[in-house]
Amino acid sequence: MRNTLAIAKKELNNYFVSPVAYVVTAAFLVLCGLLFSLSLNFYREASMRSIFYNMPIILVLLSPALTMRLLAEETRSGTIELLLTAPVQDWEVVLGKFLGALGLLLTMLALTLLYVVILLAYGNPDRGPLLSGYLGIILLGGVTLSIGVLTSSLTQNQIVAAILAFVGLLVLWLSGGVGNFFGGSALGSIFSYLDLTQHYNDFANGLIDSSNVLYYLSLIVACLFLASKSLETRRWS
Amino acid sequence: MIQVENLTKYYGPHPAIQDVTFQVKKGEILGFLGPNAAGKTTTMRTLTGFMPPTRGTARVAGYDVFADSIEVRRRIGYMPETIPLYPEMTVRDYLGFFAEIRGLDQKDRRVDQAMEICNVGDRADTLIGKLSKGYQQRVGLAQALLHQPEVLILDEPTVGLDPKQIIEVRELIKSLGGERTVILSTHILPEVSQTCNRVVIINEGRVVAEDTTERLTNRLQGAERIFLKVQAPGPQVAALLEKAPGVLSVEPKGDEGFEVECALGSEPRPALASAVVQAGYGLLELRPMGMSLEEVFLKLTSNEEKA
Repeated sequence: MRNTLAIAKKELNNYFVSPVAYVVTAAFLVLCGLLFSLSLNFYREASMRSIFYNMPIILVLLSPALTMRLLAEETRSGTIELLLTAPVQDWEVVLGKFLGALGLLLTMLALTLLYVVILLAYGNPDRGPLLSGYLGIILLGGVTLSIGVLTSSLTQNQIVAAILAFVGLLVLWLSGGVGNFFGGSALGSIFSYLDLTQHYNDFANGLIDSSNVLYYLSLIVACLFLASKSLETRRWS
Repeated sequence: MIQVENLTKYYGPHPAIQDVTFQVKKGEILGFLGPNAAGKTTTMRTLTGFMPPTRGTARVAGYDVFADSIEVRRRIGYMPETIPLYPEMTVRDYLGFFAEIRGLDQKDRRVDQAMEICNVGDRADTLIGKLSKGYQQRVGLAQALLHQPEVLILDEPTVGLDPKQIIEVRELIKSLGGERTVILSTHILPEVSQTCNRVVIINEGRVVAEDTTERLTNRLQGAERIFLKVQAPGPQVAALLEKAPGVLSVEPKGDEGFEVECALGSEPRPALASAVVQAGYGLLELRPMGMSLEEVFLKLTSNEEKA
């Protein structure tokens, strides 16, 4: 665990010595700020629903930029050889990378707490949906990042890793539509179940359903598992 | 300390190494010598647990490199051929990171120590990307020494350094022997004769020779060779020398020199000397010739000569 955290810490620090973290954080805050102020002006409602509802597309767009470097760059530069010959398990490397990226996402989310402060100061927001909304974002973000970690483990080219992550996320995002297309069949319900946003909307509405939590957690675990298998495969090739 | 048995590794259908077998005793410095693409890096990567062998076993300090990989990795310091560095980190942070993932206690002291041994302390807070190649190489070495490993595996540790740095690194490696077991790969011959106790020569994925540097040179000779220098030699000198007991062949070297090959243990020097002197020539020089490791290496690895 100690070495997992060491890797996570290194990744998190690393974001802040490259422009990536600043650009992504700025983009994230611009989008959130825009949504927040527009809906506040328009609906005069003390909630963050507009941010919460639009979060899937924001994360789908931004998180590949955060994860593309993680393993691809280590492979390209050869530093992976030191990581994989240090007394660290492959899954610890993968988990550390994931936690580093998640750390940055949490930092970005922490900055949006300013909106919560504004709502609490000038209005009387419903606190439940705020909490569940944030939980939803963290879980959803966990999935978008873990898919990015997985695609980053597959290639040594950052751009390829980002594009693969995009495609994967868009497929998950659109799979609800694919499910509808197949109607009530078994295949249709599988696609509907995989829909990234369908499980998320409950959180945004203030509902924490354990089946939704399980959906996100199992997707995260599956992606990270596959990523560590992909590292292991690299050894055998 | 290290036992390698029948180690074989295929990349697809192509064998990179085949039935590589050798042993390294504690405290030895083993030179892993071979031309490029002979399988040196593959062997080292297998030992460090970076990739599993297709066949065969390797043990480090009694632990199997595949089954007990983590235990092996704890005991090995590894410097790959292309020094893997994070250019955006400072030297201190870089070493600190590896100290942390190795779970070392007294992290700061270890980092300082490694920096001091490798002489990079004056650049501790410089970004690695801004360092010269020589410094980067030593940072890589510091990383390998951080946890004071029992075994050091260094893949081409002096490539890309200037002559002064090469000497420094070799001295450093030599000073590590005795306490630590070192395997270093190289295709530079003097490096082996200067730093290593023992040498394994590998070619096309197979071990072609393994011995101490000295004995290997002797063993390959098969015959003793003597160098003679005669003042103003006439054409008949070679014939004269050939008549001496034990002499197998005589070959002129340069204007006044002769290389005399003779049967092992025949000791023809007194006979050669008196033959030259009695014939009225001036004997300028008479000395036994050792085979340089370079010649040994070429003899072992070049196919034309083997045939």
